[in-house]
Amino acid sequence: MNENIEYKARSQFVSVLYRLKKNRLAMLGLAVLLIMAAVALCAGFIADYDKDVIGQDTANRLQGPSAEHWFGTDQFGRDVFARIVYGARISLTMSIIAMLIAVAIGAIIGAIAGFYGGFRDNILMRIMDILLAIPPMLMSISIVAALGQSMVNLLIALSIAYIPVFARVIRSSILSIKDQEFIEAAKCCGSSDRHIIFKHIIPNAIGPIIVQATLAMGSTILIIASLSFMGLGVQPPESEWGTMLYEGRDYLRQAPYLVLFPGTAITLAVISLNLLGDGLRDALDPRLKN
Amino acid sequence: MNDTVLKINDLHAEYRTDEGTSSVINGINLSLEKGETLGLVGETGAGKTTTALSVMRLMPKKTGFITGGTIEFEEEGNLLEKSEAEMRAIRGHRISMIFQDPMTSLNPVIRVGDQIKESFKIHFPDLTGDEMDKKVDDMLEMVGIPASRKNEYPHQFSGGMKQRVVIAMALSCEPELLIADEPTTALDVTIQAQVLHMMRELKRNLGTSMILITHDLGIVSQNCEKVAVMYAGTILESGTAEEIFGQTQHHPYTTGLFGSIPDMNKPTDRLSPIDGLMPDPLNLPEGCVFNPRCPHCMDICRTEAPKNKILDGSHMICCHLFDDRNPNKEEAENE
Amino acid sequence: MIKYILQRLAMMIVVVLGISFIVYTIMNLTPGNPAQLILGQSAPPEQVAKLEEELGLNDPFFVRYFNYITDMVRGDFGESYQTGLPVFEEILSRFPTTLTLAAVAMFIAALVGVPIGVISAVRQYSFMDAASTVAALIFASIPNFVLGLILMLVFSLNLGWFPATFLNNPSSYVLPAVTLCTATMATLVRMTRSTMLEVLKQDYIRTARAKGAEEKSVVLHHSLRNALLPIITVIGVDFGYLLGGTVVIESVFAIPGLGSLLITSIRMKDTPVVMAAIMFVTLAYSLVNLIVDIVYAYIDPRIKSQYERA
Repeated sequence: MNENIEYKARSQFVSVLYRLKKNRLAMLGLAVLLIMAAVALCAGFIADYDKDVIGQDTANRLQGPSAEHWFGTDQFGRDVFARIVYGARISLTMSIIAMLIAVAIGAIIGAIAGFYGGFRDNILMRIMDILLAIPPMLMSISIVAALGQSMVNLLIALSIAYIPVFARVIRSSILSIKDQEFIEAAKCCGSSDRHIIFKHIIPNAIGPIIVQATLAMGSTILIIASLSFMGLGVQPPESEWGTMLYEGRDYLRQAPYLVLFPGTAITLAVISLNLLGDGLRDALDPRLKN
Repeated sequence: MNDTVLKINDLHAEYRTDEGTSSVINGINLSLEKGETLGLVGETGAGKTTTALSVMRLMPKKTGFITGGTIEFEEEGNLLEKSEAEMRAIRGHRISMIFQDPMTSLNPVIRVGDQIKESFKIHFPDLTGDEMDKKVDDMLEMVGIPASRKNEYPHQFSGGMKQRVVIAMALSCEPELLIADEPTTALDVTIQAQVLHMMRELKRNLGTSMILITHDLGIVSQNCEKVAVMYAGTILESGTAEEIFGQTQHHPYTTGLFGSIPDMNKPTDRLSPIDGLMPDPLNLPEGCVFNPRCPHCMDICRTEAPKNKILDGSHMICCHLFDDRNPNKEEAENE
Repeated sequence: MIKYILQRLAMMIVVVLGISFIVYTIMNLTPGNPAQLILGQSAPPEQVAKLEEELGLNDPFFVRYFNYITDMVRGDFGESYQTGLPVFEEILSRFPTTLTLAAVAMFIAALVGVPIGVISAVRQYSFMDAASTVAALIFASIPNFVLGLILMLVFSLNLGWFPATFLNNPSSYVLPAVTLCTATMATLVRMTRSTMLEVLKQDYIRTARAKGAEEKSVVLHHSLRNALLPIITVIGVDFGYLLGGTVVIESVFAIPGLGSLLITSIRMKDTPVVMAAIMFVTLAYSLVNLIVDIVYAYIDPRIKSQYERA
């Protein structure tokens, strides 16, 4: 019996990792993401920001893909590959930061609602319901519209749009574990509420949060790109994938690669995040897998 | 009373999953005469439900496989050789099945009347709508539910009522064979008695033969003419109800089963359960499947599978203790 | 049943009021003085102050919000800072285009996505299942505007099958609607598949088979109706995403709908128009979800009787 318990305590994390490793698609997604992150981190070694990314070179405008410019050059003669590499930086960092903020605030709201229940739960969750009734894209658009078009405002917009999603996830995982015996036991031992929330409940709720955050990161990348594409997000000459599409769409007929390369970059990032998120969900709860 | 309705011969079945192949039925033989009730007894996981599903040919498609043997049904011959379309004509019409849990056996979004009517639509498509409605009313009244409730949905019925609906559905086409898989396990004890009583009445009126799957020996003693004790995919002992409940000679497993029922007439401090667990079907023990738990286990039990031994009449025991070669045979028989 | 609908309607009104408050608050954060915006930078301060007074900009926040809401109920969304015309009429003239686009996209998504999901579930692990899973994954991940640009490049610029500019005839709706529907279609395929797989495992499906029911009836009659609930939930939720997505699609295909109005107004800082456009979209979204709630009760008798009893 003793062995059994030990196995169980250790297995949660290890078996999730094991199942994740067995999921080839999820590992593919993870690999692509890691490569993208590595490229984004090393962007400085790959291309020179001032020269290739924002520096104009009108003599070499709209050159198709070649050995020198792998993905060709845009209407200002800027290297598309370099711009995509630097774009990865913006997309990945912004979506990660937005998720961190949304998770942090969502966790606090969800934890308060789920842990204390009653009146506080009702008020907080009704507010979350109302926020959820506004589609994230529109929510982001309206916040950006009000605060003005800038990267920071976009970040705020995305965080606010996703806070209710995480508040809900966290509240429901708390509700499902709050009445279990180990929490009762901790209460009996005189643990404070804060201690219980941070030491017992959050570690148990972390799985669903990671899954949701991975999947939501994909949506954030899409929203960042969409807003930039409409001229409401990252502003030119900054190189963001959506901004690149915004600038390249006028040359759709002459230089379709200006749309195709950044479009592929976005799709690849989002697919990888979806694959990883799905894989994580299946690994955390194998029963759900069909 | 000597028309054989169902004859199962050396049936083998297994489930194939990612973890491996589990042999859930390992060569069982059963036969059932017209009007008889056969009690199929055993622990959870003994293969009782799989046996029933094999007869219905409703094993889970991608994982369940019948690997050998025959199932002969009346004049139809071997059911295992029937096409899917032929089986559909038999299912629900000539062989019906009542499943374990009435709570989940009914489709939650279809009116109960329509669920009963579906059987008529499938098997008697020539009936007019009015005739079908009339039959639905009759069936409901027969199981003691006012016909006026046919337009209600399953969630509006209690557990016992649902099981009545399920029974009405199963009997609607007056099948020759009814397989009832733990029909009362999910019900309250008082409701259990009512449902069983009703089933006995209906069976008598319609002349249906029945296989009653249960782990409750009390139910078997009150309802069945024949009993088969199943364990890890094999039938360890079978015979008439008198032979199983009356005689002194039993398979050690049957003895164990009776030992786990409190006897009102004897003062006992505690029940004597059978030690250990059912073997893992992925990895059955060699020799007799019961040997790891058997209190009388001998060397031969660990190496050689015992043969079916007919003691007297129809009483069969599958155990080395009763083998003619066993030097302690007399002792075992007198125990 | 009427009680149930009224209850949902009341809930919707509360949500819409909540949304209006949130959106109004956000819009109120807009930097810059509306009076100045209307009159232009060169306007004399007295004139600006006078207009501020007229517009009620000096009233406390809650008074302004209250006035806005009461006006809104009467169909008065104020006047555009840019054109001076009533916002309501401008929106009303553009809303049908956007709504048609979203509705057509949803219709295509459901018409194609649900059957594919059902077939994938029934033929689990077949080639068709694998192919639809991969396709769903890709279509769920391609950004709308990228797909829109590609379709436009191929089908209107190169092949010339569809007009490159929006002409408000049926063929103008094809590419935008197809572009818009893909993400929802992908969600529907995945959702339908997993729900159907779950339903097909249920005991009552085995009961139906034990009755001798044909596979077709098992799938269509017994399973699909039980699987519809989550499917309809997706349709309701995704309608909101579609309405949000039209904003982007309208920008790609230059469709004169609510979305393009919204974007121009944001650029022009035309707050009354922005506010009204967002309110309209969320209102439409809430209405769709109200309808979804009502449809629920018709599909699942358990929900209906739960409310009839209550």
